[in-house]
Amino acid sequence: MHYPIGLLFDLLASSSALPWNITVHFKSFPEKDLLHCPSKDVIEAHFMSCMKEADALKHKSQVINEMQKKDHKQLWMGLQNDRFDQFWAINRKLMEYPAEENGFRYIPFRIYQTTTERPFIQKLFRPVAADGQLHTLGDLLKEVCPSAIAPEDGEKKNQVMIHGIEPMLETPLQWLSEHLSYPDNFLHISIIPQPTD
Amino acid sequence: MPNSVLWAVDLFGRVYTLSTASQYWELCKDGQLEFKRVSAATQCCWGIACDNQVYVYVCASDVAIRRREEAYENQRWNPMGGFCEKLLLSDRWSWSDVSGLQHRPLDGVALPSPHWEWESDWYVDENFGGEPTEKGGWTYAIDFPATYTRDKKWNSCVRRRKWIRYRRYKSRDTWAKIPSKDDPKQLPDPFNDLSVGGWEITEEPSGRLSVWAVSVQGRVWYREDVSHSNPEGSSWSLVDTPGEVVQISCGPHDLLWATLWEGQALVREGIGRNSPTGSCWSIVEPPGPENGIMHVSVGVGVVWAVTKDRKVWFRRGVNSHNPCGTSWIEMVGEMTMVNVGLNDQVWGIGCEDRAVYFRQGVTPSELSGKTWKAIMAARECDRSHSGSSSSLLSAGCFFGDEVKGSGESAPSDTDATSEVERPGPGQHLPVESLDNSRNLKESLASGPVASRTAEGVIENACPTEGGPGLASTPAVLPWTNIDLKEPKKVPSHSAAGFPETTGLSSMGLLPLGLEEPYGAEDHPLWAWVSGGGCAVEACYVPKWFAAQSGLSPSVQTLSLSIMPAQTAAWRKQILQQLTERTKRELENFRHYEQAVEQSVWVKTGTLQWWCDWKPHKWVDVRVALEQFTGHDGARDSILFIYYVVHGEKKYIHVFLNDVTVLVPLLSEGKHSFALYTPERTRQRWPVRLAAATEQDMNDWLALLSLSCCESRKVHGRPSPQAIWSVTCKGDIFVSEPSPDLEAQEHPLPCDQMFWRQMGGHLRVVEANSQGVVWGLGYDHTAWVYTGGYGGGCFQGLASSTSNIYTQSDVKSVYIYENQRWNPVTGYTSRGLPTDRYMWSDATGLQECTKASTKPPSLQWTWVSDWSVDFSVPGGTDQEGWQYASDFPASYHGYKTMKDFVRRRCWARKCKLVTSGPWLEVAPIALRDVSIIPESPGTDRNGSSIALWAVSDKGDVLCRLGVSALNPAGSSWLHVGTDQPFTSVSIGACYQVWAVARDGSAFYRGSVSPSRPAGDCWYHIPSPPKQRLKQVSVGQTSVYALDENGNLWCRQGITPSYPQGSSWEHVSNNVCSVSVGPLDQVWVIADKVQGSRSLSRGTVCHRTGVQPHEPSGQGWDYGIGGGWDHISVRANATRAPRSSSREQEPSAPKEALGPACC
Repeated sequence: MHYPIGLLFDLLASSSALPWNITVHFKSFPEKDLLHCPSKDVIEAHFMSCMKEADALKHKSQVINEMQKKDHKQLWMGLQNDRFDQFWAINRKLMEYPAEENGFRYIPFRIYQTTTERPFIQKLFRPVAADGQLHTLGDLLKEVCPSAIAPEDGEKKNQVMIHGIEPMLETPLQWLSEHLSYPDNFLHISIIPQPTD
Repeated sequence: MPNSVLWAVDLFGRVYTLSTASQYWELCKDGQLEFKRVSAATQCCWGIACDNQVYVYVCASDVAIRRREEAYENQRWNPMGGFCEKLLLSDRWSWSDVSGLQHRPLDGVALPSPHWEWESDWYVDENFGGEPTEKGGWTYAIDFPATYTRDKKWNSCVRRRKWIRYRRYKSRDTWAKIPSKDDPKQLPDPFNDLSVGGWEITEEPSGRLSVWAVSVQGRVWYREDVSHSNPEGSSWSLVDTPGEVVQISCGPHDLLWATLWEGQALVREGIGRNSPTGSCWSIVEPPGPENGIMHVSVGVGVVWAVTKDRKVWFRRGVNSHNPCGTSWIEMVGEMTMVNVGLNDQVWGIGCEDRAVYFRQGVTPSELSGKTWKAIMAARECDRSHSGSSSSLLSAGCFFGDEVKGSGESAPSDTDATSEVERPGPGQHLPVESLDNSRNLKESLASGPVASRTAEGVIENACPTEGGPGLASTPAVLPWTNIDLKEPKKVPSHSAAGFPETTGLSSMGLLPLGLEEPYGAEDHPLWAWVSGGGCAVEACYVPKWFAAQSGLSPSVQTLSLSIMPAQTAAWRKQILQQLTERTKRELENFRHYEQAVEQSVWVKTGTLQWWCDWKPHKWVDVRVALEQFTGHDGARDSILFIYYVVHGEKKYIHVFLNDVTVLVPLLSEGKHSFALYTPERTRQRWPVRLAAATEQDMNDWLALLSLSCCESRKVHGRPSPQAIWSVTCKGDIFVSEPSPDLEAQEHPLPCDQMFWRQMGGHLRVVEANSQGVVWGLGYDHTAWVYTGGYGGGCFQGLASSTSNIYTQSDVKSVYIYENQRWNPVTGYTSRGLPTDRYMWSDATGLQECTKASTKPPSLQWTWVSDWSVDFSVPGGTDQEGWQYASDFPASYHGYKTMKDFVRRRCWARKCKLVTSGPWLEVAPIALRDVSIIPESPGTDRNGSSIALWAVSDKGDVLCRLGVSALNPAGSSWLHVGTDQPFTSVSIGACYQVWAVARDGSAFYRGSVSPSRPAGDCWYHIPSPPKQRLKQVSVGQTSVYALDENGNLWCRQGITPSYPQGSSWEHVSNNVCSVSVGPLDQVWVIADKVQGSRSLSRGTVCHRTGVQPHEPSGQGWDYGIGGGWDHISVRANATRAPRSSSREQEPSAPKEALGPACC
């Protein structure tokens, strides 16, 4: 599964003891489950296609298409070399939206659950409601993954994790998308069972 | 890109300018006059005021407009009294012009108009063809007219000397009335329209302008002799027309269109360099028979027109060869007028709303553009109440406290923000009423309109209330009660702006009437616009429309409709959780070692390699770069090149810490670069590699450069001591000098210097050790270094994130058209079988046709068409031909009986756009620049850094206000000279030396921090029979270079006699010289022989330069070839002297004597 490592941690290991022990396999590549990446270029291509998909949702691809090839390169080089300022100099443009709007067209997000077979949920969801109210994280979950949130009175069964933290369900989605997106510009949200201490 | 301005006139005749960098219309500095029409060029703007007089507004510049007046004093020898003023009866006047035919007494030379002033009194010119004359400037001859010499001989019967005096144009930044002192009979009747153009017909320095005007009676006039140096021109001359003309438009090049009263257009044919007024008219019919043309405007290759029904038309197929074009195309929109400016960009004034519109999307490939867009700029005077909302929006920081704070204090939604933007009437009324009552007074008090028609006053004053900003609530405004009421309603179909109705009347009479609702909008009402001085690049649009479009930063997060309390809650929680997470996941593991300590990674690819064996050719190779990271974090890299020769696999490898420079090569077809090591520098044989695409090459170059810099631990901005150099391709390199580079004993061989590339494109770079670095482009644009690094092909890691700007450069490509004379047909393009190509390069060896000639490399694109170059050395005839007896020979600009061949030079401009740490220093273009070097130990705290320059016109300039913090300085101080200069250099002790165009040198006296421009020039003859072209002054030594590549050192310089006594020959074979603050001498040598090949343009270091032997002993050869320029003037570091220095002078490292091949 080609998930960002932070997401994998949230999804699979958030309750495990730190440091996280990883087993690296050098043979019997699971060709059935994973796509083999023969070169660095393929990883770059995959990353860029995620970015393009995110911008297609946010700005009908207008921003990413107006960028030059070197800007695209800078995004990748910045990420690859862990240089946030390089990366953000370009990524900033992807986080802008027209002044007359209150946010992106659609929020690029993916919701992952360990409990289902489905790899993830991804739907079209606008950051602002028809009446101008900003949608919150709670609104999103109610709409696309109602099982994740506990009923009004019921016991909390799941954790909603982004970047290893649990933002409040009242947090505006637009804000989350701008500030807590992964480098691929998606908001990767993990729904994991509430740990039973 | 430098800022330029758009000129416009509003309905009340006030002239405004809008800068490409601004969002506000600024009222013209000289706001007293009211205007009907303006027509702008980059340097000046011509206009017709409401008094029907013509005015010119010359924009202020740091360089004065000065003209030289000359008179000759002639004397004849007679046996009684020697030379005296008594001449023979048949002789010329004792005071005359150069030909001797005109009487010209000194006191009879008057200023041409009140806009000029004398700079000084008359004085004798003691410079005669680059040589100083003695005895008061007299030159001798046998008789008038004859060849004069500066030596008096036994048969010298007559003598003469030249008196010169300068006058200076003083009426700048103000409207100067064009004096109408022409013959009263011929005095043109009042003017109705006027157009300025034609500046591209001739190039600098003549800089001629074509000024055309139309009188009320429909006649066309041309203003003679208008140029940069004569902004007013001399007189009006009538140009016959087949009909009554109402309006005229002159493009930057050779297009000239006019409209006739009957609605057709007139097109002038035959305009060119030799005939600025053209030869004949042809008529172009309007788009429809009943729909006459009302207005035309032309550019370089476009014609736009407005017909009487206000429709806008574009003329298809217009160019120099076919100025009439082919057909009309109707465009969207209704306009009262359109105007074509620089780059064929188009502006118009909307018919309904009287707003200025800009045509968007006009590009060389799509000259008709895409859409009209209204310019939303406010006027300067409205600025006070158009509060900005930007102050409310703080930058998008992540979790800072200030975000929270302002989030709470900010208005809770966007509506509130916009309310702040538009304050209620109560808030801005005081300002408003003040403004308007002032305007009112002004218009009442001023202007010929006021005196001519009382009605006009009311008209003029009244609409002010409809002016921007306040009209939203006109009823509330207290002063509407004044007896001004509403503007007089004039039916709009009375055709405002029609020449026939406006004829003599002022624009103030234009109807506002039915358009009243528009007056309520927040924009001024315009009558006329001129973009002739406004350079808008097709790719870069000014911020005039910012209010409407674009993605604004997402910082409005703050104004989202969330309750502050909630804001606090979710924000606080996220912040807190993140802090906890960081603690949990990172802090407890601080003591863990980095998992990855050593790494090897490899980039591989396919390139082509210029093989080492004969026959040399490009062969395909596999290339691999292996990078290691050692325990200490230091990286090292090896580049492997795998090739196959005779079926055998082989490889060569290069350690990147051994590489001294990576340089892109100039090649028409290949993306190639060269890699040098000290060994390969000595052999003059670099590793040449070529990539398939530009991207591929840039990737490799960037990666290899980064690896080289890492292995040498060089990063960030260059130090202030850095040595700068430029290749013939315009690429910029910089090297960090090691202290032993200038050591007296065993200096570091300069082939071991490591050079890294900086982004940008320049011809010349000059630096000093305080970090002030200036560059000059091929198009003479001046640039100042911003302190960044990278740019160009170095994106991402090898580049600083700020201080990198777009940079462009323009240069010309030249080809030659060759012809041979034969007795039957005269000159034809059929040569002898042994002749050179009929279209060739300058040497005649390469065939270069117009169609096949490409820009110098793939980075360049054509920006003009081929045109004849008249500025070649030797002169040309009227069609640009140069004649000679045979190829190749010396050419002259006139035909003689012995000439059997001729050639002419064609030039085509191409442009390159790149990026780098450079900012333009507008607006004066420079030919040379020099910054004072810092001699070791001096401390010049506080005083500004002396910087001298020579402009592309040959003016000598001194920059004021240059400091380490403000390297660009503030303004130019013009230093007067008697002739154009070509080169200047300032030494560490404020010795300013310069070279004039006649090849002689000048020393400027008394230059000091308190007297930055010095007092006078001392003429210094050039070495015998040589014309100098460049001079460079170090701490004390002075070096000069002549046109034949000889390097000269000035001897006999002492503190009391800084001019020195004589020139000593140092070396031949030199292209350019740089003398540093340690008196170190570096040159670019023309040809240097290596073990494997010859290289042109090699950096060389003079060895054995000692205080008592300033000319040195030999040369040490460094990087090359293909280098064009070097500046060592920032390097003032020297290793401490060893004690043994005095015992014996160190032997030169390499061959003694001049470098040659």
